[in-house]
Amino acid sequence: MATEVERDPVTGKPTTGHEWDGIKELNTPLPKWWLYVLYGTIAWSVVWWLLYPSWPGINGYFGGLLGYNQRQAFAERMASADAERAAFLERLEGASLEEIASEPDLATIAFAGGGAAFADNCAPCHGLGGAGQGFYPTLADDAWLWGGTLDAIQQTILYGVRSDHPDTRFNEMPAFGAMEILGRGEIAAVAEYVLQISGQDHDQTAAERGAAIFAEQCAACHGEGGEGIRELGAPDLTDQLWLYGGTRSEIVQQIHAARHGVMPAWTGRLDPQTIKSLAVYVHGLGGGE
Amino acid sequence: MNEAVAVEDARSFKELKKERLYAERIKIHPKAIKGRFRTIKWAVLIVLLGIYYVVPWLRFDRGPGVPDQAVLIDMPGRRAYFFWVEIWPQEVYYLTFLLILAAFGLFLVTSLAGRVWCGFTCPQTVWTDLFMRVERLIEGDRGARIRLEKAPLTQGKLIKKATKHAAWLAIAAATGGAWIMYFNDAPTVTRAILTGNASLGVYFFFGLFTATTYLLAGFAREQVCTYMCPWPRFQSALLDEDSYVVTYQKWRGEPRAPLRKNQDWSSRGDCIACNQCIAVCPMGIDIRDGLQLECIGCGLCIDACNEVMARIRWPPDLITLDTERNQASRAEGLAPVRRFVRPRTVIYAAILLAISAGVLLGLAFRSSVDAEVLHDRNPLFVRLSDGSIQNGYTIKILNKAREPRTFELAIEGLETARLKASGREADAATPILLAAAPDSVTTHRIYISVPRMALSDENASLWLQLTEPATGQTTRHETVFWGPE
Repeated sequence: MATEVERDPVTGKPTTGHEWDGIKELNTPLPKWWLYVLYGTIAWSVVWWLLYPSWPGINGYFGGLLGYNQRQAFAERMASADAERAAFLERLEGASLEEIASEPDLATIAFAGGGAAFADNCAPCHGLGGAGQGFYPTLADDAWLWGGTLDAIQQTILYGVRSDHPDTRFNEMPAFGAMEILGRGEIAAVAEYVLQISGQDHDQTAAERGAAIFAEQCAACHGEGGEGIRELGAPDLTDQLWLYGGTRSEIVQQIHAARHGVMPAWTGRLDPQTIKSLAVYVHGLGGGE
Repeated sequence: MNEAVAVEDARSFKELKKERLYAERIKIHPKAIKGRFRTIKWAVLIVLLGIYYVVPWLRFDRGPGVPDQAVLIDMPGRRAYFFWVEIWPQEVYYLTFLLILAAFGLFLVTSLAGRVWCGFTCPQTVWTDLFMRVERLIEGDRGARIRLEKAPLTQGKLIKKATKHAAWLAIAAATGGAWIMYFNDAPTVTRAILTGNASLGVYFFFGLFTATTYLLAGFAREQVCTYMCPWPRFQSALLDEDSYVVTYQKWRGEPRAPLRKNQDWSSRGDCIACNQCIAVCPMGIDIRDGLQLECIGCGLCIDACNEVMARIRWPPDLITLDTERNQASRAEGLAPVRRFVRPRTVIYAAILLAISAGVLLGLAFRSSVDAEVLHDRNPLFVRLSDGSIQNGYTIKILNKAREPRTFELAIEGLETARLKASGREADAATPILLAAAPDSVTTHRIYISVPRMALSDENASLWLQLTEPATGQTTRHETVFWGPE
């Protein structure tokens, strides 16, 4: 008879009647309330459908009875975050760069905000953390073409280098070779002199010849000893950092026809608080003066 | 077999399947009982509930501006207070150790004496016991409750039921309220709840724990132990033949038979089949079937059986706490042996002691300063104008004291290294001093540079040491210095 409950001879427990390869499934019944909890959760999911955006339609979607909208929720969160930041932004606006750097809570905000702005706007050229790449200068070292004080950094960010802003930082090294100001031999001699003042292997007699040419042609911008002049953005030639390379051939190439990098002016593109924060951030990368 | 019978059969089979695949809830009406185990259970209940409800109200002075609640988990403040112990989120591993201790404590006790935790101290058991006591006060004992259950709905029944649920809800609310107090200042949050000024979060958790207490202790009861709790499934792995568990002494009790006048005991067992052990059981099981998943080891059946044995003037402890090994010996008339010291109990106890000692030592020698050193990822290093290599680090000082402190920073393990922080370089006369704000984490940027030639490898290990000049307290952290390949 089908109504007979079969019992497993070993455990004495009833079986479900299901059998696989001679193995019978023991019946360990689930309590009914547990099943009802499952039905309850299914019912709850229907409530969820009704409350929140759910079903797609032809001309849009069912928006839910609560009128919840993720885009709007996001906008609200951003607005509340902006409101929280407003007090700090106001203080950043009013404070000088020195004040920002010397007040721990302002400095923390500026460094964090500057870091975010740097990653968005500056890192594509200067690298994350100001690591530098290619012919884009490293900002984490201690060599500055246009100065490494807070104010100098801010000035550079505001107006750029060789940008289209009227207040831009600007200089141009003549293309001594291409414009036939110096002959090949003279360029080679100056290059030997530059190798000498930067402490590298050089030809002494050529360097001595080069020194005279340097004093005549280069010292006006690079300084008597080649230590550079910040006001002109002329790099220090005696240190071990080179934007366009410090080997003999690279130096010759730069004297022959100098390359010039361009940095855009950020005033008008970023608000003053962000530029202040960027100055504080770049100053704090390891080489600030 | 005619057709009608076949149809009848098919229907009954369908119904049978429905019955069988989902178990019907059988309502349990445990009977009141007095005895040794009941007394222990009441004592444990009073102590545990006392601790639970009273502890949030204990005060512990920690000075101005700091919560004065002895036990408090301050979520917004990111601190946990336990009398003189204060834990930061960074030290949440103490909680891990606490959980491990709880686990091994449970293993040890279970291997010695069965499910003592379940029968006496588990919150589910304690609150269910309390709710049953209230139920008994209002609706009467087992017989009265069964009659009330079957009675038609009259005004009297309605009043009794309403009173019971009101009382349950009151206890549940007190339970939910007490839970909130472990996370909020007790007097403040109590006032806020009562005046309707508490936050939505407080009301939510208050409601949640009120509802779970009401449902679990009032309605779910033994279903929690049988179907929801994983612990009963573990017990067979923790019990062995030397564990003391609630045992019906089958060799003595069987064959069972009802008691007759002028009973001749020679050809029968001691069990008089009065079923009092089933009547008092909060799990609704028959202990005479042997050790089973549902048994929480509360011992109330022992109390019930002993009461009956006393009444018929027959030796007690037909149901008793005993081991499987002893039962086998007793059945053969041999002397029982106690074996508390067994490999598993020794190992559990040793682990328990070792972790307890570790936690206590850790708390006793907990330093009031710690630091984290993070090496810059980008750039890993930069070349400076004099050719040396510089690395940047972020150092976070965790000052667990309540006053501002200053620490002197020093490098170890990297000769000729120069240290720069706060915009200047360290020298012998003026070391780098880093400020640490009270009871918080202070972040500083520091830079270390070494001459190119000093680096023999791509990277080098170094230690940063923070020393408080005033107290000489130090903390040391290893980090790495990267250079070019």
